[in-house]
Amino acid sequence: MSKFDPNTAKPCLTGRGVTKVFGMGDKKTVAVDHVDFNFREGEFVSIVGESGSGKTTLSKMLLGLINVTEGEIDFMGQPRDISSGKKRKEYWKGIQAIFQDPFASYNTFYKIDAVLLDCLKMTGKGHLPMEKKVELMTEACSFVNLRFAELTNKYPFELSGGQRQRLMIARIFLLRPKILLADEPTSMIDACSRSTILDMLQKLREEINMTIIFITHDIGLAYYVSDTVYIMEHGKFVEYGPAEECILHPKAAYTQRLINDVPKIYEEWDLSTV
Amino acid sequence: MKNTLRQIFHSPKFVGGFCIFVFILAMMIIYPLINPGDPLERIGVETFSKPGIYFSMYDASTTKTSPFRLADADDKRVASKLSMEDRVAMVEWFGLAEVDVEGVSMDDTETLLKLWDENYSADKKIKMTQAKKKYFKRLNNSIQSLKAADKMEVVSKNPESGENETVTTIDKNAYVNVSDVTNTKILPLGTDNFGRDVLKELVSATRTSIGIGLIAGIVATLIGLTVGLLAGYVGGLVDDLLSLVTNLFTVIPSFILLILISYSLSQDQRGPSTVAVVIGLTSWTWTARSVRSQVISLRNRDHVNLSKLSGHSLVRIILTDILPYIASYVVMAFILQVSSGILAESQLSLLGLGPKTTVTPTLGLMMNWAMLYSAHLNGSWWAYFPVILTITLISFSLNLMNTGLDQVFNPELRD
Ligand SMILES: Nc1ncnc2c1ncn2[C@@H]1O[C@H](COP(=O)(O)OP(=O)(O)OP(=O)(O)O)[C@@H](O)[C@H]1O
Ligand SMILES: [Mg+2]
Repeated sequence: MSKFDPNTAKPCLTGRGVTKVFGMGDKKTVAVDHVDFNFREGEFVSIVGESGSGKTTLSKMLLGLINVTEGEIDFMGQPRDISSGKKRKEYWKGIQAIFQDPFASYNTFYKIDAVLLDCLKMTGKGHLPMEKKVELMTEACSFVNLRFAELTNKYPFELSGGQRQRLMIARIFLLRPKILLADEPTSMIDACSRSTILDMLQKLREEINMTIIFITHDIGLAYYVSDTVYIMEHGKFVEYGPAEECILHPKAAYTQRLINDVPKIYEEWDLSTV
Repeated sequence: MKNTLRQIFHSPKFVGGFCIFVFILAMMIIYPLINPGDPLERIGVETFSKPGIYFSMYDASTTKTSPFRLADADDKRVASKLSMEDRVAMVEWFGLAEVDVEGVSMDDTETLLKLWDENYSADKKIKMTQAKKKYFKRLNNSIQSLKAADKMEVVSKNPESGENETVTTIDKNAYVNVSDVTNTKILPLGTDNFGRDVLKELVSATRTSIGIGLIAGIVATLIGLTVGLLAGYVGGLVDDLLSLVTNLFTVIPSFILLILISYSLSQDQRGPSTVAVVIGLTSWTWTARSVRSQVISLRNRDHVNLSKLSGHSLVRIILTDILPYIASYVVMAFILQVSSGILAESQLSLLGLGPKTTVTPTLGLMMNWAMLYSAHLNGSWWAYFPVILTITLISFSLNLMNTGLDQVFNPELRD
């Protein structure tokens, strides 16, 4: 299914001892605790962990939205430098995100055209004539099965959750980043739209050879879509490796527990033990 | 946007407050057109003339009259002329003369006069001092003349002959239409301690006070908003610094600060706009604090993160991704700031620390004047009560609008 080859792919995002501590003194929370990782070009990585394990915190650090308390991150083989606004802007051309809540991801005061136009501007297409821009936006929308003509001049609240998340993918289509961080992009929408969105992410990855870091609490889903999985527990990676190996032959007890928690359709639920 | 406006104007509370406020504003615009001129002009020579229609006696005496025959006119006239003092004196005499006045009311002019006619005689042997005797004689004379009065002659000196000539005779049943009198003055709220038209002054004062409230509100909101946005969004050291300043200002009661600053300014420096700015400078803290906490809850939202990822600058994110979300809140805070600015000016002026007194009246200054000249002690309610009412109405209408807005913007509060 994927063209990713772990032996030849170059690293694009690596981290050593990445740590995030919130607060101080008694209120100190170590959300991410000395994690090491090596994400490679074209790889579909899943980070799996239960609620509160620090997945979102890690993704925000990777995106450069919050400071790293400790540790180093390399981007495309170079130490990452996001010390100035200009450098951050450059970094964000290479790494983008889709967030968990499609309802909170949009500024409700602006029409959705603005979101797409921003992408064009960011990729240096801001000077193009309007017809050309519309053409590009239409193309991006049709990639995610949306019709730009129907969406233009609408406000985010006039779209369904699935439509909004697809529009977010259209945004990525226009931006063509090296890395996409998807923080539970499907957890707030129904199962049917979920598989559509996952298909679109896969299609997009193949089209622009993008690394996808997919954050989820659903280990079954991770097994289904990813090349590599990282299992996160209390801010630490307890296990990582190729998806088949990790999930079919789990070493960590925590992974085993996550796998056991996945409800199987053919098993009858024993509600008395719940 | 349109929808929100419609919602706002469907909120009865907002509409109620809005109507009152618009009415006050309309008065401020329309009244000076009807009654132009300097609001601080001293028209009265005496202080505290009571509300009513005044017309020139001089002009009225030569104005065309129409005779009316009104049945109770005489009685009313005598009753009004017979002062309380006279009545008390009459009853005193009845007492001395041992006339039975059991059950006769002081206000019953008719019975009193009848009894007096029947009983009074200067020669009656009653034990009293000579002075008292004379006094009652005089009283009798004036009572008799009251009853007998028929016509009044207006006499003026002829400049050539030096003789007194009768200009006109005024008949008892001659009436003058007020609108025919050349010089009349309507004083719906009378005059104040300096003989100034209170209504005119009030309208002008309302305008100045609302202006002061607006300036104070704008200053406070601008500072509070800027500080709150920066502290909340930028965070870190900036937040620590700004929060420190905010807390400092919060710890010192703003009214004390206001008094100190006003006190250190000389009278001449204290124009209405200076006072307004000073009020604004001391009252921004709670706007800053609440804006800060709102911004902190907003800055981690995904739409802000997305905006960052789209390469937007700090200023742009604050303006487009934060400000619109707190705009309704800021409007509400502004309305409250205006209302408290107006109240703060009144309090300051009441202490004599308001704007300097010679330029324009403000609501607070009017209260101050009324108090200094003890309007509340001598019963001149018109000098202070309308002012209190106006202040109350303004702040009531602003707060009502605010509650209305609150209900529209916070659906949880809707009932
Ligand atoms: N801004 C913050 N300040 C303090 N603590 C925080 C902050 N953000 C997250 N945390 C804490 O860090 C820990 C990890 O949170 P995080 O949001 O990364 O979890 P998560 O794995 O994404 O969970 P979920 O699956 O529910 O989204 C939690 O204990 C949380 O309370
Ligand atoms: Mg999360």
